[in-house]
Amino acid sequence: MMTLEPWMMLVVSMVIFGIGLFGLLIRKNLLVMLMCVELMLNGVNLSFVAFSKIHHSLDGHLAVLFVMTVAAAESAVGLGLVIALFRTLRTVDSDQIQILRD
Amino acid sequence: MIDYSLLAFFIFSSIAIFGSLMVVFKKNPVASAFALVAVFFSFAGLYALMSAHLVAALQILVYTGAIMVLFVFVIMLLNQDLPVEDLKSSSPFFKAVSGLGVLVLVYALVRVAILARGMEPKGSLTEDKIAEQGGNVKLIAESLFSDHVLPFELTSFLLLGAIVATIALAKRKNVAGGLKS
Repeated sequence: MMTLEPWMMLVVSMVIFGIGLFGLLIRKNLLVMLMCVELMLNGVNLSFVAFSKIHHSLDGHLAVLFVMTVAAAESAVGLGLVIALFRTLRTVDSDQIQILRD
Repeated sequence: MIDYSLLAFFIFSSIAIFGSLMVVFKKNPVASAFALVAVFFSFAGLYALMSAHLVAALQILVYTGAIMVLFVFVIMLLNQDLPVEDLKSSSPFFKAVSGLGVLVLVYALVRVAILARGMEPKGSLTEDKIAEQGGNVKLIAESLFSDHVLPFELTSFLLLGAIVATIALAKRKNVAGGLKS
């Protein structure tokens, strides 16, 4: 009989991290790219909690608290950047944002 | 007899994986945002399954309550002519290479996860001991204000910096000859 073990959570978290990384690489819409970064951060959070379950410790939970704070700050500043870019360039396509190249 | 926690694990993890695939492959950013909401809720369920109740509650409060509202709000602000064809704009070769690279990475990470099965626990806080000492939230709070008080205080600086940066970015200024011209 199978029971629920923390390493299964680790597998899920790593798969989610991979999906987020893949999305970050292939999508060109800045909003969806930010969402994929959130997915990657969530995968890391899940693996923190799973490892702290494996090691009978609560330090992973504290790391998750700090990662959540950084994620909230990151998404606020990132979305502010997206709005500022859209206001000046009228696009959120990362291929068309190339003013440094000209 | 069915192991209900295992059943719940399979339900939540399949919602999480399917939802994150939807985030990546849906063309419309609004659909991606709502798939992301489903992913965040199922992650809260996974945390609760690992008896991380504080993290589960914070997941719902911070991610689905704050971050997703921010995303949906920005999508609403930019709603005029968002491009929907961006999935086709990167070349198939690049997509194949990045997919292959990510697959190799995930394979290596999953091997590590399977190695973690035989790990010896280093700490002493088993489930019963946490319950005996007053529960998850109490222990985390005590540790947050004793051992980890410096990063906790630095967090306030980070949030202050984020507030100032966001206001500076969002402020509309009329620069003659700026990028807009």
